[in-house]
Amino acid sequence: MKIPRRSSLPFRFAFYACLLAPAVLHPAPHSLLHRPAPTFTRNDLSGKLVDLRAFRGQVVLLNFWATWCGPCRLELPRFAAWQTQYGPRGLQILAVSMDDDPAPVRALVRQLNLDFPVVMGDQPLGTLYGGVLGLPQTFLIGRDGTVRARLKGEADLQSLESRVRRLLAEPRP
Amino acid sequence: MRNARAEAGQTCAGRSGLHPCARSCYTCYEMKQHKRLCVGRESCTFAISLMVFVLLAAFVLAPQARAQFSGAVSPASAYSIPQPQLIQPDALSRLLRAPAAARPLVLQVGSRIFFSQAHIPGSIYAGPGSQPAGLQLLESSVASSPKDRLIILYCGCCPWNRCPNVGPAYHRLRDLGFTHVKVLYLASNFGDDWVAKGYPVEEPQ
Repeated sequence: MKIPRRSSLPFRFAFYACLLAPAVLHPAPHSLLHRPAPTFTRNDLSGKLVDLRAFRGQVVLLNFWATWCGPCRLELPRFAAWQTQYGPRGLQILAVSMDDDPAPVRALVRQLNLDFPVVMGDQPLGTLYGGVLGLPQTFLIGRDGTVRARLKGEADLQSLESRVRRLLAEPRP
Repeated sequence: MRNARAEAGQTCAGRSGLHPCARSCYTCYEMKQHKRLCVGRESCTFAISLMVFVLLAAFVLAPQARAQFSGAVSPASAYSIPQPQLIQPDALSRLLRAPAAARPLVLQVGSRIFFSQAHIPGSIYAGPGSQPAGLQLLESSVASSPKDRLIILYCGCCPWNRCPNVGPAYHRLRDLGFTHVKVLYLASNFGDDWVAKGYPVEEPQ
């Protein structure tokens, strides 16, 4: 399309504004992939302080879940098994519950015998991770502290386990 | 007929001798012109078994199929919401641009944390629909609304077929006598099906 050169400045401004409007009004979401994982500290359900930075050098599987999320409840026992199996090789599972109330979370953690830190999430933490607006959602963080994968919805656990194993094979920084 | 059966036996001699089952030989004779349909007993048995398995899987392993067959879908399921009462994101987006007087009452009936991260502009939190306390909040949210007010419910916590909130919330409003209740269909979740698609969002300051 040829822009008339002698047209008024407002017209040219409006033309370029229309081209840029989508990017301005709906900016592309900030992608976390291959960027340093946002750090946070939270107390887990037992009151112990959990600091993501403390797990640098390990592979972190950061899982956002909730007690009312059916697929989440299916994943958690597998994650617990991986913590046992791959923990000695440097895997750390870290679960963030997006429940409003910790009571059902404590009950489910006991029932499933989860042996990894579980912290209560909130709006700031969800927003920090790009907006956790659907569950389950899992982030894989490499030994170097960068986000290597973001998986939304029910994960293919076999594929996820393969990715975890590949990350564990990477040397410590 | 006797000659036909004898002929059938010869027709179905196969590679060596008569087929073990005379009945299949007779069947083979009838379909003589379509030799590819003339299968042996073992193949027929396998094919029938496979069909039975597929039918069994369809009716037993597929909850939706089972629900439709039995006519009974749990009210907790999003599938219990009649199709005409679903509204697509595009359509809701257009409704939101209508003059204020014509806009629907939009209620989020899922997670409060999700609502606080991002929600449809003008919507009110009234959940979670899967909990008694959430349904009470829903009731109080519509207490002063006329029964023919257009109300849109949404959640988006999980994939549609896993959402525990919209079904109970929808049925509660219907039970209360609200006649214009629709539910926003979000196939995967609010993030992917609304926010990422560029529909209007209200976020925390």
